[in-house]
Amino acid sequence: MNSSFKIFKNLYRDSVSLMQISARICKLDGIDRAAVLMGTETNREQLADAGFGSDIDAGPNDLIVAVRGNDDICARALEEATEQLSAPVDSSADGVVRKQVLTSLQMATEQSSEANMALISVPGDYAAAEAMKALRLGMHVMLFSDNVSLAQERSIKMLARDNDLIVMGPDCGTAIVNGLPLGFANVVRRGAVGLVAASGTGLQEVTCRIHQLGEGVSQALGTGGHDLHEEIGGISMLYGLDALIADKDTRVIVLVSKPPAPSVAKQILARARAAGKPVVIHFLGAQPADIEGRGVVAAPTLADAGNIAVALLRGDAVPASEAVLAVAEQDMLDVHCAKLPARRRFVRGVFAGGTFCYESQLLCQKQGFRGSSNTPVKGNELLTDVWTSIGHAFVDLGDDVFTRGRPHPMIDPTLRNERIVTELQQPETAVVLFDVVLGYGAADAPATELATLLRETLSPDDSTGSPLLIAHVCGTDADPQDREAQISALRDAGVLIAGCNAQAASWAAYVASLQMNK
Amino acid sequence: MSHLFTQPLKVINCGLESFARNLAQAGGEVETLSWQPPAMGDIQAGLDLAYLMQHPLVEQANKNAFQRYLDAQPTLVDVMPAAEAIPEMATRKLILHAGPPIAWNRMCGPVQGAIVGAILFEGWAASHEEAERLIMDGVIDMEPCHHYHAVGPMAGIISPSTPLFVVENRASGRRAYTNMNEGLGKVLRFGANSEEVIERLRWMRNELAPTLRVALRFSGDVELKPLMAQALHMGDEIHNRNAAATGLLMKRLVPALLGSGQPLDELRRVIAFILGNDHFFLNLSMAACKVMMDAAAHEPFSSLVTVMARNGVEFGVRLSGTGNRWFTAKANPVEGLFFPGYGVDDAAADLGDSAITETAGVGGFAMASSPAIVKFVGGTPDDAIANSRRMQFITLGGNGAFTLPSMNFAPTAAGIDARKVIDRNILPVINTGIAHRQAGIGQIGAGITTAPMPCFVEAIRALAEEVRRHTGETS
Repeated sequence: MNSSFKIFKNLYRDSVSLMQISARICKLDGIDRAAVLMGTETNREQLADAGFGSDIDAGPNDLIVAVRGNDDICARALEEATEQLSAPVDSSADGVVRKQVLTSLQMATEQSSEANMALISVPGDYAAAEAMKALRLGMHVMLFSDNVSLAQERSIKMLARDNDLIVMGPDCGTAIVNGLPLGFANVVRRGAVGLVAASGTGLQEVTCRIHQLGEGVSQALGTGGHDLHEEIGGISMLYGLDALIADKDTRVIVLVSKPPAPSVAKQILARARAAGKPVVIHFLGAQPADIEGRGVVAAPTLADAGNIAVALLRGDAVPASEAVLAVAEQDMLDVHCAKLPARRRFVRGVFAGGTFCYESQLLCQKQGFRGSSNTPVKGNELLTDVWTSIGHAFVDLGDDVFTRGRPHPMIDPTLRNERIVTELQQPETAVVLFDVVLGYGAADAPATELATLLRETLSPDDSTGSPLLIAHVCGTDADPQDREAQISALRDAGVLIAGCNAQAASWAAYVASLQMNK
Repeated sequence: MSHLFTQPLKVINCGLESFARNLAQAGGEVETLSWQPPAMGDIQAGLDLAYLMQHPLVEQANKNAFQRYLDAQPTLVDVMPAAEAIPEMATRKLILHAGPPIAWNRMCGPVQGAIVGAILFEGWAASHEEAERLIMDGVIDMEPCHHYHAVGPMAGIISPSTPLFVVENRASGRRAYTNMNEGLGKVLRFGANSEEVIERLRWMRNELAPTLRVALRFSGDVELKPLMAQALHMGDEIHNRNAAATGLLMKRLVPALLGSGQPLDELRRVIAFILGNDHFFLNLSMAACKVMMDAAAHEPFSSLVTVMARNGVEFGVRLSGTGNRWFTAKANPVEGLFFPGYGVDDAAADLGDSAITETAGVGGFAMASSPAIVKFVGGTPDDAIANSRRMQFITLGGNGAFTLPSMNFAPTAAGIDARKVIDRNILPVINTGIAHRQAGIGQIGAGITTAPMPCFVEAIRALAEEVRRHTGETS
């Protein structure tokens, strides 16, 4: 232990500056004590009391640096102090106004009072509170977050209704408002078809189809998957429907949902019939007879909803359903199935989009193929081990069991691609059915990586009877990923590309029936 | 909703940043929040906060409370012994201390030392041992100053014969009280209780207070708000720097003292004492702030913070809408600079009622007016302005009576809204002195600290309960 000091003659610094320097040298490892002060009588007494000796020859105008600690550190501390004392004054105090970081919705509305939409994707535990705040601040809400309880969803939506606002969600993955994408959305042109959907990928499928047919979308609103439950009463769908009815840019309306609770369906249908403009409804798995009525057309599939909407818009006849195979399609599939051995009997669906999984199950069931799924439709079995398919199986890789702690397969398709390969390698697999979803938020080039993987897995010689690969690409030519490029990458890897999910599922069912009869 | 279709879409993105990038890429207007779970992740408190946000009852209550705060006219009207100002103090052995309530055995060193000193000063005991025995025997009642409309810096000790400044709100007639500043060094408010300290207290009681009382009769009442406003323009923030305010006060008092006909040697001692202490005005600043905040208190459903105070162990907060309840939490550490020879290990936890100044919109909230002391926060005048500006985000409005020259004479941010503190995760900033944790050593540094978040979280939960009880809703 050593004490040493240094005197700077006729150097004045204010006491706060001195304390700053002493704080700095105190932090040096091995320094026991440090004092930087002016040599007034009181200060010198204080130094003497602290054991620095009484022989410090300094006056009130002299600056003293005194340190105690390990020998070498003391020298370094004195050096450091000298450096600090001779450093030029930082003049960065230029009065520039620093922008306050925005930490809350209310703070943001104070900065930009015209904010009219809150896009909320915070963890589910906090999502309800943020949504309520947004509503109280007069903003519409798109609630991407999931894990919001039905009770909370109900109170949020009641609050929205009372304030003439919409809540899209919870668990709403996509919407297009005023031509702008919210969450996962495809780039579609603006036009005269307005949509409200309780299904994210369902909404994407229909908007893409409308775009592919050359028409466009006025607004595409989401409601979240629970909106048409009895408890919620379809608050968001009814609100969105009313808004589209009132919107002069919307000439045809499309509604998409899983079948609503009967009381909710009744309200929606009543409202739709009084819309004053055509309403196309696709309730997945519902009987058309339950829906059809004045001004309301039931669409058998998601893509059909888009087809019908465009036909109504153009005054064309309602086209045939995508679920009905043309002779040419059957011929094409007959050729591909020729080399498939009879033991390959099952359809294996591996999906990123939940609604595509759902629709595929429904369409296969219609052709007599019941199966199992981690998200089974009525009549299908729950897959007991989600990692292992049995019989006809339809796996939704976007389901919670697969996304816990992992990104959704639309964002990162790694796990989904692995599952496709696994299914390809099963001896009983006749066809691997899958979807590729494009648009904002989705992976940059989802088909490319998969195509490479498929080429590695599949034998170059087609005669071995590998399972068929059937897919559809949900997207548009304007999407950041470029639909055509994704399609060619998949085709080159031997994938049969259907125009829509309904067609892909129908192809798969047709293959299953061919194999069954071998 | 169809309204929305005809307006430009302006999105606030709360969560995944990539959504904002997509929107911007598509030509949308979007602002992404730097969001983190509010209320320290307490989900129920977060829902309570959402419930109270823009709540009409709370909004109206805050408007009322804030207006009463703005309307307050703190005026120094008298000097009198505590037992005369606060009748309860004449009937029992009551000692008031800073901060929220706390039992003797949990008190920090400086407060314990100061209470012993007060007992000696009152003559209730002749020795330290005897004083402590009285405390152990439960003969001495100890309560917060705030329970009696009083405030005191640091230990904040007021005993029955302590002379108090009486500050009256001219708008309501309500009064607040504070003790007189003893100066620096060995003083009671830092827990010193040696004979020298007690002797000074006796002199303050016997000579300083009566002399000032007479002088006040000559000067007439002293309106404090204009004086404080002027001091803010002269480099004080009237919490940690009171040099200008003390001078301004003396400008009023000296002619009155000289004209009061009191013996010249007494006047000389009184004037020398006050001029020897640049912090003399601090206590008056605090009492003025207290009477302003009391004006805003007890407005049902208001989320306005009316008290922030520390007892050296805990930090306590009161809201206008939750009456006399305290919401307490461990005090946050002080970021500061230490006098030579002292360090962070020597420091007591944050102490004193002086955070009433920040509660009323001065002190740390007015840091921009006091570049002379910004180095205590380890920063530049820019940092000071940034602090003052940041406080605008958690307050109900500005106090036009107090303006900040360096911010183009913007009113000081005033009226802390507990909702905003939680929602925005911005804590009220407090300028503070640092006391040695042992009694009697005194001030060892100064710096900046913040009010702890849990106080506000608890307060908001309690307020939500009040509002729900009133409206008959359930959570």
